[in-house]
Amino acid sequence: MTETKSPATPPADATPTTATRGLIGLPLPAARALLLLGGIATAASAFLAWTWTSDFPGDLTVYGYPGGLQWLTFVAGVLTALFALASYGVRGLRWLLPARNNAPLVLTALGGFGVTWFTAIEIAAKLGGLANWEPGTYIAVVASLIPVIGAFALPQEAGESTKETLKAYIAKPEAIPAPQPIAPWIQRLIITIVAALGLGVFAYGIDTQYGEIFIGFLIVLVFAVWALHTAGLLDRFSAMVADNRSFTLAMGFLAAIAFPLTQTDDHYANIGVNILIFGTVALGLNIVVGLAGLLDLGYVAFLGVGAYTAALVSGSEFSRFSGVQFPFWAAALAGAAASLIFGVLIGAPTLRLRGDYLAIVTLGFGEIFRLAVNNMDGVSGPDITNGPNGIPSIPDLKLFGFNFGEAHDLGGFTIGRFANYYLLMVLVMALVVTVYRRAADSRIGRSWIAIREDETAATAMGINGFRVKLIAFALGASLAGLAGTVSAHVTYNVVPNPYQFAGAAPPNSAFLLAAVVLGGMGTVSGPILGAALLYLLPEKLVFLQDKSLLAFGIALILLMRFRPEGIIANRRRQLEFHETGQLDVPETTTLSDEPAVTKAGA
Amino acid sequence: MRFGGLTAVRSVDFTVNSGEIVGLIGPNGAGKTTFFNCLTGLYVPTEGTVSYQGTVLPPKPHLVTKAGIARTFQNIRLFANMTVLENVLVGRHTRTREGLWSALLRGPGFKKAEKASEARAMELLEFIGLAHKRDHLARNLPYGEQRKLEIARALASEPGLLLLDEPTAGMNPQETRATEELVFAIRDMGIAVLVIEHDMRFIFNLCDRVAVLVQGEKLVEGTSEVVQADDRVIAAYLGEPFEGDPAQNEAKAAGTTKGEAQ
Ligand SMILES: Nc1ncnc2c1ncn2[C@@H]1O[C@H](COP(=O)(O)OP(=O)(O)O)[C@@H](O)[C@H]1O
Ligand SMILES: [Mg+2]
Repeated sequence: MTETKSPATPPADATPTTATRGLIGLPLPAARALLLLGGIATAASAFLAWTWTSDFPGDLTVYGYPGGLQWLTFVAGVLTALFALASYGVRGLRWLLPARNNAPLVLTALGGFGVTWFTAIEIAAKLGGLANWEPGTYIAVVASLIPVIGAFALPQEAGESTKETLKAYIAKPEAIPAPQPIAPWIQRLIITIVAALGLGVFAYGIDTQYGEIFIGFLIVLVFAVWALHTAGLLDRFSAMVADNRSFTLAMGFLAAIAFPLTQTDDHYANIGVNILIFGTVALGLNIVVGLAGLLDLGYVAFLGVGAYTAALVSGSEFSRFSGVQFPFWAAALAGAAASLIFGVLIGAPTLRLRGDYLAIVTLGFGEIFRLAVNNMDGVSGPDITNGPNGIPSIPDLKLFGFNFGEAHDLGGFTIGRFANYYLLMVLVMALVVTVYRRAADSRIGRSWIAIREDETAATAMGINGFRVKLIAFALGASLAGLAGTVSAHVTYNVVPNPYQFAGAAPPNSAFLLAAVVLGGMGTVSGPILGAALLYLLPEKLVFLQDKSLLAFGIALILLMRFRPEGIIANRRRQLEFHETGQLDVPETTTLSDEPAVTKAGA
Repeated sequence: MRFGGLTAVRSVDFTVNSGEIVGLIGPNGAGKTTFFNCLTGLYVPTEGTVSYQGTVLPPKPHLVTKAGIARTFQNIRLFANMTVLENVLVGRHTRTREGLWSALLRGPGFKKAEKASEARAMELLEFIGLAHKRDHLARNLPYGEQRKLEIARALASEPGLLLLDEPTAGMNPQETRATEELVFAIRDMGIAVLVIEHDMRFIFNLCDRVAVLVQGEKLVEGTSEVVQADDRVIAAYLGEPFEGDPAQNEAKAAGTTKGEAQ
């Protein structure tokens, strides 16, 4: 008697539909025509005036030239038209729709509709009534609705209910035809173009000057990426990246370096450097959480240790050791080392605990750090950190005679103070990415993952669980400390307050963890992307103010519901969360034996 | 070994010599798995010691594995989200040295060691016949292959003694036969094997010696013939079963198989 568990899937498609037709009853040629013409009309409507006053942010009053949010409508309209052309099978565009499915059409149409209607409604709401719409607005509103009608008129096998049918409209097909082999140089060309495009999109997002346009940007971005995903193009690109790993890394690095050159205002370089600091720390946390599976809720303390160490040896007159001024390399090493020591001190007693206990203890230690620096002001404790006032006027870095505090001219481009630090942080991040990748793909990295997967089995395979967990903890801590040393100089001062568990703005431990989980645990690009998003959202959506935490909570819950592996899926985790037709894998949670499968009659 | 008031394993004295396959049988709850857990340091025995090749082993799983005792689990405990190859590579942990620094610096020594590890892991995968699935996730393997992979992972630590906890549980007769061959092949590599099993035919085909554990105590130890003839074993298996005793099924199974074998 062998145990057999039948796959728990219900009999597949109980009602095979013979005639496939659209949700909206139109013939296929009409549906396609609506998509194409609607897309073009949407793009064209962006050239009209949408309102009469320039009170609405971004100048939407000009005929003949799109402004602000209109650009986003234009992009969405063009994308819709391109996919529509691809669905006609136009030569040269067929690659856009390898599976010839509906989803990309539906999603781009929805993106255009979303951003246009959002703008129109914002105009009415902000300026007080529909009277503020120009004829152009009406045209845009109608034009952006047309492709949506066309999209839902596309023939689609009906599901059991309307909800199922709607789901089918935006579903990614199971099988996407394999691409034809692409010559290596073309692959590299594509990667280069995508890197440049990525830089452009990122710079655009950072440069958005007001919340409305940032929301519009997110709408278009989400729908466009989603459309590319359902078209199977993202998978193809990942395969290309997998074949050209070092080249992609080099291009990504170049694109990151090029970012300050696209900026005219040093303020945006400031946002850039803060995103990099936040992303670097998130990547360090990813070693601890994503690889070794240790839930650390006090991680931001290590950033704080690094920052305070750097501040103390920076030569600031408010530092306890104001006479001491380390060169940057020494300060960076000191910061990393101090964090490492702090990490080992915290890790040594706590890493013997498993699971939830570890989370609670790290949460406690994280808060202890903040309270301690708050009190080491010479009154309630020894005079080291200057208490709640922190250590201000940290001098700018000087490296090989290069003063980070001054703007430099570089072939016509001005590289301002924050851009200098940004470039330094790119190097630090490159270092951290290298450390992460090399550590993950090695004996020690495998033992981290093994510990995360099943600690008992891992120790039975000869892994000294405590030791490798401590190494992960210490490595993560020192990387965060390293980032902290730069951050102290960027912000001119260090104060205890940012290094808390949860707050309305990054970095704090909750945000760091959210960046890792949201972006994708166990990946390199995930936490960086998550950090960028989580930094930009509170920065750009100032009108959310105190409600931003609530908004995050909702966003996180939704994301975990629909994409638990995070935005960037690790190969493993993708399989983990979306498995179908799994063979019976016994539960591996307890050591004690359940009455095992008896072999009576065998 | 005691859990609160329950003595799970009491004064079991046991020796396995190299090149030998020893069977450990007993009704469910007899303490066989607990005995394994004590041997491998997962449980710290309340009294007594484990010695291997004359040295007393500390009750730390990783040190036990390092000393040369590897095991599989009754409930398969693979690293479900690692690939087949990675699972075996984790098994190589104690036989490789590369720490964090060499991983970060990627010197020639590191690359050589990784290559050698991978080559050895691939050999083992060839041995159990899973080389073609090296890049599959362990969780996606069929049941029988998961059991085999667990054995390969254990072998990767180059053990002198291999502990198998019900290696054929849930397998069909063909798979059981294949596992038998595998165990013989492992013995021929010079590795001592201690195997827990409920399938009596499997045990008596395979083992040079069989020990019977009942309620935490070793009842008999000897060759298949000796054990099969022992009245106490029959009594223990057929026992005085009470209502709903989980051992009941097994006792019958054992009884009938034994009958056939005679
Ligand atoms: N961790 C534990 N805590 C308490 N009791 C346990 C534990 N592990 C095993 N036992 C008990 O020890 C006895 C022997 O179990 P086990 O060794 O799993 O038997 P088997 O011979 O079937 O492998 C059982 O009564 C079981 O309930
Ligand atoms: Mg057992």
